[in-house]
Amino acid sequence: MTSQVPQRPWLQRWHVKPIGWTLLLVGLLIASSRMTGVDVGMFFSNLGQFTDLLVRMSRPAWDYLPVILQPLYETIQMAILGTTIGAAFAVPFAVLAASNLVHNRWLRGIIRLILDLVRTLPDLLLAAIFVAIFGIGSTAGVVTLAIFSFGMVSKLFYEVIETIDMGPLEALESVGANKLTIIWYAVLPQILNQFVSYFLYTLEINVRASTVLGYLGAGGIGVFLQRSLNQFNYSQTAVIILATLVVVMVIDGISNHLRRVLL
Amino acid sequence: MEATPIISFKNVNKIYDNGTVGLKDINFDIPRGEFLVVVGLSGAGKSTLLRTINRMHEITSGEIRIENEPISQYKGRSLRLLRRKIGMIFQNFNLVKRSSVAKNVLAGRVSYYPTWKSILSLFSAADKQKAVQSLQRVSLAEKLYARADELSGGQQQRVAIARTLMQDPKIILADEPIASLDPLTTKTVMDILKRLNQEDGITVIVNLHSVALARAYADRIVGLRAGEVVYDEPIGQVTEADLNRVYQTV
Ligand SMILES: Nc1ncnc2c1ncn2[C@@H]1O[C@H](COP(=O)(O)OP(=O)(O)OP(=O)(O)O)[C@@H](O)[C@H]1O
Ligand SMILES: [Mg+2]
Repeated sequence: MTSQVPQRPWLQRWHVKPIGWTLLLVGLLIASSRMTGVDVGMFFSNLGQFTDLLVRMSRPAWDYLPVILQPLYETIQMAILGTTIGAAFAVPFAVLAASNLVHNRWLRGIIRLILDLVRTLPDLLLAAIFVAIFGIGSTAGVVTLAIFSFGMVSKLFYEVIETIDMGPLEALESVGANKLTIIWYAVLPQILNQFVSYFLYTLEINVRASTVLGYLGAGGIGVFLQRSLNQFNYSQTAVIILATLVVVMVIDGISNHLRRVLL
Repeated sequence: MEATPIISFKNVNKIYDNGTVGLKDINFDIPRGEFLVVVGLSGAGKSTLLRTINRMHEITSGEIRIENEPISQYKGRSLRLLRRKIGMIFQNFNLVKRSSVAKNVLAGRVSYYPTWKSILSLFSAADKQKAVQSLQRVSLAEKLYARADELSGGQQQRVAIARTLMQDPKIILADEPIASLDPLTTKTVMDILKRLNQEDGITVIVNLHSVALARAYADRIVGLRAGEVVYDEPIGQVTEADLNRVYQTV
């Protein structure tokens, strides 16, 4: 007797599910652009203005470069400081939010609620608030980046923690180790590489973000970006953008390299 | 004369939260220095039994005594001190794969140190020496600085045994320690456990699936079925036919 090969159900044969999902997504896309009043036509008809801008930026004023080196340096410092502070605070919160480490549903729920709240605050709003509190300058930028990184990194961190192998924790528990020692010996080595990798990733994002934050007066290169744009000095704008691009690329390169070495 | 058993179970029952019966009216004593093998089908309750001894699982009713002390009231530090004298070996070795062998072995000693010293790895020179000696006992001293995930399964299990030795255990619990090993490494690991039992007088309790292995190493065999002890004989009296009772279904 030969065993029967089952018939392929028609649902699979005609790819009903993928086609259905695609149609639904396209439908949603059209509906949402209608509702929010996005005018795709206007985007294309105004492309001319954009090319005009590009032409005016095509002659970078290189003599402006020495002026922006210092603020560029400040931007990098802001990003590193903000990311480090945010990530440092994220570690204990991530541990408390991880369902495989904290079995108390209430504690976990409260911690996650706090994290969700922090993530909901837009970084631009934060920057505006802290510029109002600390005045124009990099302090406001660092605090904003720290809070922004904290929200982002803590979620990434606790998701990493939730994927670890629980075996070593069991072993350390059976040895008679206390909670803190268990985390240090059995959890940390398993997550350290991914933590560093996410830290670097957040740092990249923060270097970019801090240029925008500077726009609100939160220090760094963004202040100069805003000034040049206000003065319609597009050749200076071009220098700022190109210099920032170089910095972002260098940091990308370094962090990509470190991540490859680590993982 | 030492007559009191090192471990004693009295009317021990364990019912899991979902209603599954883990252990049912367990009564038996384990004398100091015994090599006890627990056999039984999958789901018979072997792991449950083992884990009640170091309180990794709580029992529902009854009493377990270790060195004549009821263990159920231990909390916090006293529970950690109980666990310190009971080593545990796992089927999956449970090493920290990214850490060095040395760090894995020293982790077995952390309960002898205050937390801050453990965290800063401030182990005494004597304990570092002890780590080397523990590895020598499982013939793996040359792997001291290797990363745990560079080792074969059998080697990892030997590192786990070395980690346990750092505790200076009076009891070793081994939950299917050889289930993921080949026959040759199985023999190596079982021989090590037997040697620790004979040379150091450590009481060893091993869960096994293989009856042949049980007969080769045990002083005594306990058979579990559906959470109940259905067999309990010293090795001299063990017969093949009897053991088959343990593996009857129903
Ligand atoms: N955490 C748990 N919650 C509910 N039931 C459990 C839990 N752990 C084990 N059980 C059940 O308790 C019974 C005994 O399980 P146990 O793991 O002790 O068996 P075992 O003899 O070790 O089996 P194996 O040889 O497969 O390891 C099984 O029916 C199992 O499904
Ligand atoms: Mg088991």
